[in-house]
Amino acid sequence: MSDGGTGAAHDVLIVGGGAAGLRAAIAIAETDPGLDVAVVSKVYPMRSHTVSAEGGAAGVIAADDSLDEHCYDTVSGSDWLADQDAVEAFVREAPEELLQLEHWGCPWSRRPDGRVAVRAFGGMKKMRTWFAADKTGFHMLHTLFQTSLKYGEVRRYDEQFVTRLLVDDGRVHGAVAIGLASGRIRAITAKAVILCTGGCGKVFPFTTNANINTGDGMALAYRAGAPLKDMEFVQYHPTGLPFTGILITEAARAEGGWLLNKDGYRYLQDYDLGTPSLTPQLRSMELGPRDRLSQAFVHEVERGRTADSPYGPITYLDLRHLGEKLIDTKLPFVRELCLKYERIDPVHELVPVRPVVHYMMGGVSTDIDGATPVAGLYAAGETACVSINGANRLGSNSLPECLVFGARAGRAAAEYASAAGTTPSVVEAQAGDEMRRLERDLLGKGPGTESIAAIRDQMQATMEEAAGIFRTGPEMEKGAGTLAELQERVVNVGLADASRSFNTELLAALELANMLDISECILEAGRQREESRGAHQRTDFPARDDEQFLSHLLVHRGPDGSARIEPLPVTITRWPPGERVYGR
Amino acid sequence: MTPSGDEMTDMRLYRPRVSTWWWTRKRSYFVFVMRELSSVFIAWFVVYLLLFVYAVGQSEAAYRRFLGWASAPWVVGLNVVALVFVLLHTVTWFSLTPQAMDVRLDGRRVPGFHIIAGQYTGLLVVSLFVLWLVTQ
Amino acid sequence: MADSIQMRVSRFRPETDSQPHFQEYDVPLRKEWTVLDGLNHVKNEVDTTLSFRWSCRMGICGSCGMSIDGEPKLTCGTFLSDYEPGPVTIEPLANFPVIRDLVVDLSDFMAKLPRVKPWIIRPEDHSHVEPDVEYLQTPVQLDVYRQFSMCINCMLCYAACPVYGLDPDFIGPAAIALAERYDLDSRDHGKGERLDVLTAHDGVWACTFVGECTKVCPKHVDPASAIQRYKLKSALQTVKAFLLPRGAR
Repeated sequence: MSDGGTGAAHDVLIVGGGAAGLRAAIAIAETDPGLDVAVVSKVYPMRSHTVSAEGGAAGVIAADDSLDEHCYDTVSGSDWLADQDAVEAFVREAPEELLQLEHWGCPWSRRPDGRVAVRAFGGMKKMRTWFAADKTGFHMLHTLFQTSLKYGEVRRYDEQFVTRLLVDDGRVHGAVAIGLASGRIRAITAKAVILCTGGCGKVFPFTTNANINTGDGMALAYRAGAPLKDMEFVQYHPTGLPFTGILITEAARAEGGWLLNKDGYRYLQDYDLGTPSLTPQLRSMELGPRDRLSQAFVHEVERGRTADSPYGPITYLDLRHLGEKLIDTKLPFVRELCLKYERIDPVHELVPVRPVVHYMMGGVSTDIDGATPVAGLYAAGETACVSINGANRLGSNSLPECLVFGARAGRAAAEYASAAGTTPSVVEAQAGDEMRRLERDLLGKGPGTESIAAIRDQMQATMEEAAGIFRTGPEMEKGAGTLAELQERVVNVGLADASRSFNTELLAALELANMLDISECILEAGRQREESRGAHQRTDFPARDDEQFLSHLLVHRGPDGSARIEPLPVTITRWPPGERVYGR
Repeated sequence: MTPSGDEMTDMRLYRPRVSTWWWTRKRSYFVFVMRELSSVFIAWFVVYLLLFVYAVGQSEAAYRRFLGWASAPWVVGLNVVALVFVLLHTVTWFSLTPQAMDVRLDGRRVPGFHIIAGQYTGLLVVSLFVLWLVTQ
Repeated sequence: MADSIQMRVSRFRPETDSQPHFQEYDVPLRKEWTVLDGLNHVKNEVDTTLSFRWSCRMGICGSCGMSIDGEPKLTCGTFLSDYEPGPVTIEPLANFPVIRDLVVDLSDFMAKLPRVKPWIIRPEDHSHVEPDVEYLQTPVQLDVYRQFSMCINCMLCYAACPVYGLDPDFIGPAAIALAERYDLDSRDHGKGERLDVLTAHDGVWACTFVGECTKVCPKHVDPASAIQRYKLKSALQTVKAFLLPRGAR
């Protein structure tokens, strides 16, 4: 069933078929149609998690807005950990990319005069968030996917899971992938590889993320010798539904929704986020940044002012004053989700919400063109950390991030691949080793003594404890200890499912291995960052420490598999570190 | 983009066969098949009406012969069955019409209800007219 | 509400089975649990060999379409309590070849979709974007095609369509709805290019307006409407071409 030698060869291989991956593929097909590009994804592209993004994508187009203001909002939102050269490039290219998407058919919501409409969003001083009702990610992904079908020369490997990157002498040469439907393992050689596999929310038990977000690309890069960056920064979105963790978009607050505690009080005013007003004020109250809002929730829990639900403490999102017409026009999906999953109609009732893991600011460390230190290896989208999001991402920055850096990484990878030499034959041996490993250690193993679900549940519980909204050194130490134990136990996982055909138990085992590696990185970086900044809040180090920690933390994989931390200075261009002020 | 596929052809897929009785399995499928069948009865009514009109046009005697034939039990039975099917035909197709059209006034879609109501109104008006005509 | 409910799940392993068979599992019956939650309970706690697709669990990715008590549904949006006291039967989506257990082969749709050219076709080449220029589109113009743009490619419509079941060549409801979505988009100029594909024998004219596709669509796309409207449109086009040969197309 497995290939003896290499299966296929391409110039550029893109791993992941979401917004970043598809954008990269299109960028290469347009700039260099002679190159042989392939996209490999463990799901069909239209299932990629981009599809569930709701609120919008930021890009400066209003007459009263400016690139500098978007930069400042992003940099201050990042608690000054974002690399400002990257932010400047991002802010400049975002409107172009969004316009390109419009030309490709994205159904952006419009003003009466036919021009693209923009709305307010958290942490932004001006209205600059483009939106397609409250299904922006869905429309963007489908637009990109359908547009990509124009380029017949781009090959797609659907439902194939990449298990390992082929690297030799500091250079990437392709990947080994297993076809889910047939169980066939093949090597795909490529001169350049772009990782666009999204985030890793599933290392936590309660997340807006889909089942597929298991940090595969991050783990692949980490094991291939490319460092991860800013892994300690995990974004908790303030408004997820209590049982399912389903996202209720920030747009609900941008349109005027309020957050109330159990006494019906708009509690954010107690946390230096401004004073309440009837209409939403930008960069104030409910339109503050996500990290501060999630932290406010935890304080409310401590003060006993949150309501109780069968799924833990909650607060309420009040949309009743927005009216049915606005909700049906601007927030129809929100209404649908509340009705279906909570049996609550936001037009008439309060929506129970709580903070939920949503986004990874950290990821594969790249430069401003998506390049990692491993030659030929690139990354873009949530998988990557450039960084434009620093310690906390502003809502509506990640969709344009996928487009801007997907395109940049695509063009950079294309340029690299055009000039790159041939694949050395030693890579065949590596591919053979990986195939044998998969056969021997997984497919051919038979049932083991450990359960995938049990280890996964324990990992998630550990991460919730150790890497919550507020963390302490001892808790993270303890968590790291548990993870180390789990890494030992996972070796005894086997497969009850012996079939080669669509073996999702095998898939779960491979994903679990990825998630364990990533979790260790998150906790190691978290322990070493002895300060509080953005989404990384430590009760044992409650202040921001620019002297020691105005830098990223890179996590390298040591030869013994342990995580080694190395600082990397933040690029500051025009915005020297200052105080993050909201509501004032 | 062209899928490279996973060599689906050398995999053993199970291809379920559709039963000849697929249309009896679900109520909506059954109604659909009856609806399609109703066209046959529409055709019958057309033929019947043509025979009727022809007989009227011929002579008083031809008309009486026609009426005699039409009152035979099998013709009556057939016409009753046909009437049921024609009613089914009318009701189903009236309800489906809005789906086949996108009628807009001032840029806003006319709700399906109005289109359906419009058809019944039209039917009523024409029926009343015909009734008046034949009772003269 | 009872404590548990039985799920009768279709199993099929191509290496060992010549056809699917059912396996019964009892799962907890909780009011918030969807059929997907039940399946995950089986996979995690009871039988790790069960294979099925799922991802977003919120009805937007389109992965989890299956046949529940004979009806095509998204398992993530279907509640177990609606099937009390059970048993509830779960089978792979109808009208598709089965790869394994509840997983079907979607390569037919993936091949059909590009044929309808589901992208904006402009008269001139637009690979370089002019910085300030968006194509204007009023909210009214957006509303004309909006509904057809909501398709999540979940394939429930194909599973419900008896025509597709009997004639797998039929291009199908979702593909036609997407073609119509682009035809109706004021920014698109590709009507003519899509016409030939859609008016071929396996295109719109294979549809007999059963209307089941619309009934099962979880996103209210109304593909049946797209198809009938397309029929009307292309029929008028033919008449026009016949009457005014020079002015047509």
